[in-house]
Amino acid sequence: MNWTWFHKFGSPPHIYRIAGSLAPWFGWPAGLLIIAALYAGLVLAPPDYQQGDGFRIIYVHAPSAWLSVMIYGVMATAAAIGLIWRMKVAHAAAASCAGIGAWFTVVSLITGMLWGKPMWGTYWVWDPRLTAQLVLLFLYLGYMGLRSGIDDLGRADRASAVLAIVGVINIPIIRYSVEWWNSIHQAPSVMKMDRPSMPMDMLAPLLMMLLGFTLYFAAVMLVRLRAEILRRERSASWVKEALQ
Amino acid sequence: MSAPENLPFGVRTGALAAAFKVLNRDLRLAVRRPGQLLQPLAFFAVVTLLFPLGYTPELEKLRAIAPGVLWVGALLASMLALESLFREDAADGTLEQFLICGQPLVGLIAAKTLSHWLLTGLPLTLMAPILGIALGVPVAAMPGILSSLALGSVTLSLIGAVGAGLTLGVRRGGVLLSLLTLPLAVPVLIFGARATELAIAGESLTGPLYLLASLAVLGATLAPLAAAAAVRIGVE
Repeated sequence: MNWTWFHKFGSPPHIYRIAGSLAPWFGWPAGLLIIAALYAGLVLAPPDYQQGDGFRIIYVHAPSAWLSVMIYGVMATAAAIGLIWRMKVAHAAAASCAGIGAWFTVVSLITGMLWGKPMWGTYWVWDPRLTAQLVLLFLYLGYMGLRSGIDDLGRADRASAVLAIVGVINIPIIRYSVEWWNSIHQAPSVMKMDRPSMPMDMLAPLLMMLLGFTLYFAAVMLVRLRAEILRRERSASWVKEALQ
Repeated sequence: MSAPENLPFGVRTGALAAAFKVLNRDLRLAVRRPGQLLQPLAFFAVVTLLFPLGYTPELEKLRAIAPGVLWVGALLASMLALESLFREDAADGTLEQFLICGQPLVGLIAAKTLSHWLLTGLPLTLMAPILGIALGVPVAAMPGILSSLALGSVTLSLIGAVGAGLTLGVRRGGVLLSLLTLPLAVPVLIFGARATELAIAGESLTGPLYLLASLAVLGATLAPLAAAAAVRIGVE
C-alpha cells in the first residue's frame, strides 16, 4: 500500500495549504446553517407549553455544551496522534483546539445560567450538567496553563498531550460521579432535557444548529491551525514564500 | 552499560528489587528530614481548625460539614506535598539516572508514588479521626473515615504523580500543579465525602467504598504509565 498520503499530513506547508482551501468549505455552510437554524428556532418553532419562549436558549446552549465535550475529544485525539507518530502538525492542531473548546464551555455555562434564571429563579444551581461543564472548563484551563508554562515547544507539546489523554479518560468518570453526587444531594431538577417526545419542529432547528456549530468549529480550527503553523515555522523558508 | 554511580542498583537488578530500593531510599531521605514530613499534617490541621473559627463552634453544625472539610483539607494537604515529589530528584540528576539505568521507568515512578502515599496519604488518613473529633464526628464513624481516606488518598497520590511529572519543566509550577490535578480529583472527592457522610450517619458505606476502590485500581493501572511518560518528557 502506498503511504505517501499519510506522510504528507506531517508536512506543515502541505497542511497549511489544505487548511486554507478547506476552511471556506466549512465556514460558509456553517454561517448559512446557523442563520437558518436561528430563524427556525427563534421564529418558526412553537413556544414550549411549560417554559414558553424561555426554552429557545437551548438552540445555543445545547450545541455549545455538546461541542465543548467533542472538542476535548478531538484535541486529545490530535494530541495522541502527535505523541505516537511524533507529528508536529497534530500537536499544532491540538493547540488550536484548546481555546475554541474553552470558549464553547464558557458559552454553555453562561447560557445555562441565563436559562436557569427563569427556570430555577436563580442564576446558579448545582445542576450536574452545569457542574460537569465547570470542571471541564478547569480541565481546559489546566491544559492551556501547562502549554504556556513550558518554554520549550516540543516539550510543551508532549506534556500537554499526556495531560489531554489523561483528561479524556477522566471526563466520563467525572461526568458519572457528578451525576451520582447530584442524584443524592438534590431532588430531581424541574427541567428534564431528555424528553424523547421533542416535536420535530423544535428538534430540527436544534440539529441544524448542532451541525452548524460543528462546521463552524472545523472552519475556525483550520484558520487557527494555519496561524499556529505559521507561528511555529516562522523561520522556515516556505513561510516567506507563502506570505509574499 | 555500567551502573550509574549514585543509584543503588543497575541493569542486572530485578525490576521489583530496583523499585524497592527506590522506595527504601525515598523513605530514608524523608525520615532524615522529619520537618518536611510534618508540614502537610500541620497544614491539614490548620485548615480544619479554621472552620470552627470561620463558621461556627457549634458541633452540631460542624458535624454536617465535616465530610467536606476533612476531604478538602486532605486533598489540599496531599497536593501541597506533591511539589517535592520529583523536584529535588530532577534538580540533582537522579531522574536522569532513572532514565539511563536500564530499569523500566514505570516501576521506579510507581515506587516514588507509593513513597508519597506512605509519607503523606497514610499519615493524613491516620490524622483525620483526631480532626474529626474536633468537628464533632462520633467515634463510631472512625473506621469508615479511615478506610475511605486510605483508599481515596491512594488515588490522590497517583493522580498527583502525573501532575507532578507534567509540571517538571515549569518554573514555579505549584499553582499550575493544583489547577491540573484538582479537577481530576473531583470523583475521589465526591465518593470519599459521601462515604464519610454515610459513616457519620451510621449507615452502610460499602457503595462509595467500592467506587473509591475501583478508582484506586484504575489509577494504579494507568497513572504510573502516564506519570512515567510525563517524567520522561520533563527530563529529556
